[in-house]
Amino acid sequence: MDTTSPLERILRAVALTLVVVFFMFPIFWIFLMSFQTNETILSIPPSIVFSPTLSNYAALITGKLQTAAGTLDIAFMRNLGNSIFLSVTSVAVALVLGVPAAYAFARHKFKGSEDIAFTLLSFRFAPPLLVLLPLTQYFQWLGLSNTYFGLIWVYQLICLPLILWIVRGYFEDISADVEYAYRIAGHSWFATFRKIALPLAGPGIAAAGLLAFIFAWNNFVFALVLASADKQPVTVGALAFITSSGIQYGQIASAIVLSVTPTLALALYAQRYLVEGLSLGAVKG
Amino acid sequence: MASTATLRKPASGFRISRKMLPYVLSLPALLVCIGILIPFFTAVIYSFQRYRLSQPWARQFNWGENYLNFVTDPAFWNTLKVSLLYAGITVTLELLLGLGIALLLQRRSTINNFISIMLLLPLMIAPALAALMWKLMTNPSFGILSYLASLVGLHDFRWASSPDTALLTVVLVDIWVYTPFIMILLLAGLRSLPTQPFEAAALDGVPRSFVFFRITLPMLTPYILTATLFRLLDSIQQFDIIYAMTQGGPGNTLTVFQVEAYLNFFQSTNVGRSAALLIILWAITYTLSNVFIKNWLRLRERARGEA
Repeated sequence: MDTTSPLERILRAVALTLVVVFFMFPIFWIFLMSFQTNETILSIPPSIVFSPTLSNYAALITGKLQTAAGTLDIAFMRNLGNSIFLSVTSVAVALVLGVPAAYAFARHKFKGSEDIAFTLLSFRFAPPLLVLLPLTQYFQWLGLSNTYFGLIWVYQLICLPLILWIVRGYFEDISADVEYAYRIAGHSWFATFRKIALPLAGPGIAAAGLLAFIFAWNNFVFALVLASADKQPVTVGALAFITSSGIQYGQIASAIVLSVTPTLALALYAQRYLVEGLSLGAVKG
Repeated sequence: MASTATLRKPASGFRISRKMLPYVLSLPALLVCIGILIPFFTAVIYSFQRYRLSQPWARQFNWGENYLNFVTDPAFWNTLKVSLLYAGITVTLELLLGLGIALLLQRRSTINNFISIMLLLPLMIAPALAALMWKLMTNPSFGILSYLASLVGLHDFRWASSPDTALLTVVLVDIWVYTPFIMILLLAGLRSLPTQPFEAAALDGVPRSFVFFRITLPMLTPYILTATLFRLLDSIQQFDIIYAMTQGGPGNTLTVFQVEAYLNFFQSTNVGRSAALLIILWAITYTLSNVFIKNWLRLRERARGEA
């Protein structure tokens, strides 16, 4: 395939450059904006040369925003804390619930197993509001409105199918013979699961956990419907921040940068597993 | 294999527990399933009721009235039209663009691998936050894109705040976020194709357009189908990007299914209509997901087989 003409190579390079510019420019631009004062942002024409300032980040971290009209309290750090807490806990719960189930589905064909697995999969594709809107009323009756507990439960809608289907694939890839041999040596079922199956599927479980974290972090609609300001993660908080702070564009940009950094870092770290995770285990990277 | 055949099943005492074990293991996941199915059935009941949060006393079954009203309701037809248009345009463009980029990056090289990882970044940004990024870039007073538009003579190009260009703007954000999804799936597909047919074709001097349409595309079809259906299922339910960008506006320009249902529930507090809208959306996605799951399973089998 190296018989490409110089013209074609130039065209390919031009096309790829355009693609990279289109997909990278917004990230680059918002990153720059987060180090600009409002005066710089509002100046026309926009310039790439400016003296960077950390004042936007400082305002977010201290929670105090100095405006012409006085000091404004911003709760963005609280949103960031909520995002971390909700995502970490949801993934932990999903791993505890999902990994044993994935093992059961991989190792045993039992009555209803495929039905449960596919029902869980279908949650991934059902309109989330269909479940969320009635849940607002159930949550009121159960006293779960605006609680971390309720939110973490609902987050299982995203985390559990992902964990179940990816980890199931990893368990299926391990030959059952190794486990049989260990069982025959007189070890209990649980010891076999813990000492043989879990370590062998370990990297897959870790990758599924990271991906579930990214998806939980990026979720918007669950918390929009079920959480009030003090429980909201960054996705909902950033939107509220725009309406409340009005024209503090620099701070909005730095809030976005802080909100997307964790998922971008994790994605780069786990990129080897992304294809498999995004396709719920259907395509291997 | 020999070990299982000769050694048979170990210890007899655990036979009973062995039978119950898978149920015990999957019980928690099963309970979560049930916990989700209850609100689903509640939504079905709502959809057959006259139910407004503002008039709880007037709540009663009206059977199919919510659905029948849709037939003569221009707002419903607008919702259906915008949802299908949005899904159709985004998925078509993302498929073409994603396939093109995957073909450009097909050859394994350091630079290609680096670019394909970079291109994944938009996909890892929360769609709601991506919409905010584009909102900052399309702001009429300082947005870089508004400035660029004015440079090419489009003065006062109002992006998402004008009914004429709002759809274009959210479609652009959707493309920015989700094209990498199709790209990465097709790239994985392209790189997993057997090399012999291509070598044979090159040896015989078969024209490259012929190779593409007769060898590459047919072999890539399962991947294309899965990626497309995956995106179609998500795109027809798009909420985050549209809500964060315009909340369905201006006017009712972008009131796709989930946005309309959300506004019906929380703003006009018409629970019955909101639920009926979501049930119709669910029926569409359920049909699509059945086709999807068949394809997805086939691909999954293949991926397991290669492992």
